Amino acid sequence: MNKLKGNIKLLQGNEACVEGAILAGVRFFAGYPITPSSEIAEGMARRLPRLGGKFVQMEDEIASMAAVIGASVVGLKSLTATSGPGMCLKQENLGFAITNEIPCVVVNAQRGGPSTGLPTKPSQGDMMQARWGTHGDHPIIALAPSTVNEILTLTIKAFNFSEKYRIPVILLLDEVIAHMREKVEIPAPEDVEIVNRKKPTIPPEEYLPFKPDEDGIPPMANFGEGYRYHITGLIHNYKGLPTSNSQEIDAFIRRLHNKIQKNIKDILIYEEYLLEDADTALIAYGSVVRAAERTVKLARKEGLKVGLLKLLTIWPFCFEEVNRLAQQVDLIIVPEMNLGQIVLEVERAAQGKCRVVPYGRVDGELINPIEILGKVQEEKNNEDCN
Amino acid sequence: MKQKKILEVYQNNLVKISVRREWCKSCGICIEFCPKDVLVPDDQGKPIPKNIDACIKCGLCELRCPDFAITVEGVEGKDE
Amino acid sequence: MKTVIDSYIREEMFPHIWCPGCGNGIVLGAIIRAIDDLKWDKDKIVAVSGIGCSSRITGYVDFCTMNTIHGRALPFATGIKMANPDLKVIVVMGDGDCSAIGGNHFIHAARRNIDLTAIIINNMIYGMTGGQYSPLTPTGKFGSTAPYGNIDQSFDLVELATAAGASYVARGTVYNPRQSASLIKKALDKKGFSVVEIISDCPVSYGKMNKMKSPVDMLKWIKDIAVSKKVWEGLSPDEKKEKYAVGEFLNKDRPDYTARYKEIIKKAQEMGGNK
Repeated sequence: MNKLKGNIKLLQGNEACVEGAILAGVRFFAGYPITPSSEIAEGMARRLPRLGGKFVQMEDEIASMAAVIGASVVGLKSLTATSGPGMCLKQENLGFAITNEIPCVVVNAQRGGPSTGLPTKPSQGDMMQARWGTHGDHPIIALAPSTVNEILTLTIKAFNFSEKYRIPVILLLDEVIAHMREKVEIPAPEDVEIVNRKKPTIPPEEYLPFKPDEDGIPPMANFGEGYRYHITGLIHNYKGLPTSNSQEIDAFIRRLHNKIQKNIKDILIYEEYLLEDADTALIAYGSVVRAAERTVKLARKEGLKVGLLKLLTIWPFCFEEVNRLAQQVDLIIVPEMNLGQIVLEVERAAQGKCRVVPYGRVDGELINPIEILGKVQEEKNNEDCN
Repeated sequence: MKQKKILEVYQNNLVKISVRREWCKSCGICIEFCPKDVLVPDDQGKPIPKNIDACIKCGLCELRCPDFAITVEGVEGKDE
Repeated sequence: MKTVIDSYIREEMFPHIWCPGCGNGIVLGAIIRAIDDLKWDKDKIVAVSGIGCSSRITGYVDFCTMNTIHGRALPFATGIKMANPDLKVIVVMGDGDCSAIGGNHFIHAARRNIDLTAIIINNMIYGMTGGQYSPLTPTGKFGSTAPYGNIDQSFDLVELATAAGASYVARGTVYNPRQSASLIKKALDKKGFSVVEIISDCPVSYGKMNKMKSPVDMLKWIKDIAVSKKVWEGLSPDEKKEKYAVGEFLNKDRPDYTARYKEIIKKAQEMGGNK
């Protein structure tokens, strides 16, 4: 970890998210109470007014997402936080934000599901929902921290990505890292890299709100600053007005995808741990990383060449990186708190170049290092038998 | 792309009635509710101020037109 | 010649998509004339709508406009107003948009008394989707999903908004656009949550299914069912079932949400701390 000048604090995961958001420049929060994310709303209610920011507890999850989008259009960096049931309700508005390229950050502190499920227990059951939850063919960015410190740093990243690429960013926590307390290094504000949305430099009469620059991203004027334009959930042209021209529609949908795909190197965050000589790789994210790291250490002690690819960016998926890894190792094991979600992407990326094995746990308990090690040994034995 | 405005202007000494025929959808509201029966429909159902001299410039046709297709103004110099 | 309307619309979007005789255009005219009377700065006006025929209004006016999703215009507007209380925020909704899918947001916007103006174009039907009955379809009337007559009891938006805590509540009709414009003007100028319901016509859906063939028939019907508050008060309960009281029903002063939140900011900053 980099040495930071900031002070060190013992923080709960949700509190670290609040700190990160404030460092990133958040000035608006709308939310609705839900376990296990409520502490984020509580922190925001305390902190935002001191900064001249605004907090509002809305009448439901849908309204919270709507208010966040509204505030962002006016120019405030905006955040909402929820868990699975609330995430379901936010999906339609999430699509609205994607299609209108409105920056905002949505935290999903995952709990067991489906339905009310296990409100106080962790899960990674919403990984595919993060990718495909809203309807229509769309891109998304989703990040998954594995420590409380990473919650802080990735919350800042989430805001930066959302502003830079004009897209909602989902921060995927789970009940355990949302509620656990860990040492967090809070950087000094001057050490934090902040990205703000690109604004138009041309006069209002020339402004085309959805005409992209060369990087695929249109400059965004805030409502109330003299640039009058239309925002609509209908597929729109450069002017923001509804279009039924098939060329314009095609170009629009492709651009939404391409602005993320073209910048994937910037968006992908991952860490490699003891992969150089590995013949077996674990791929993990979120709180499972903690166990997987330990598994690698235990395996190494036993002489097994196991390494870890830790995913911090979940969506877009690091297809090329996993593909390269699959050419190096014989076996990839994907431990996750679901019955096989990200493993599907890993399989796709591996293209049959090595064995890919899921390891899922859905009983509301964390995956522990010993059981992952057991899975490694079991699969290694299977290889030997074959 | 811009719609060409086709304005038909009818005028007497006191009042000028303009009909934007491209925008008019022939709903008949202006004709029916004119308190002085100034307007009659043409063959497409669009208003013609046949009885323009009866117009009292109440402006109700303009206010009730759902398509912003009819306007009533006083003639310059003669208005109020 | 440039009319008042011309200086507020996105002319390239015209003629608009609405059917012949649709009241949406009449309401749009009333809104524009009210705004013109107030001489508001166009750059500081935000118009927000949901989904439905009426919600297309935002595409036609040259303000900052937002055509959002079905039922949620008010929470979008709440975020906008909270984020920048200096903006004038107008929300246009249809009856289904406001009182069915958006019913919860409607009562909560009123409860907060946030400084928004909600204009509900009540044509008593879901027009865009083909004439299904809405929470404001009168009992006994027909819709494409009420082929044997509507058995639902309809909301009275005036009472609903009043009970939920709005500052200003009025009802007008498209038959009387001058009155509607003046009610809208008062609502726009009112601090706090203001509501104007405009009874409107949908000749192609509501009219066709309820024995009113033309826009003219529908406007005549609206003229007939709308009565002044004074007349309304003299009606028997049975007579009231067929009529709508029109005019201003509530106009009271109490601090709006953004003003109260300003106080919170002051308080929080005085207390200080960084936890």
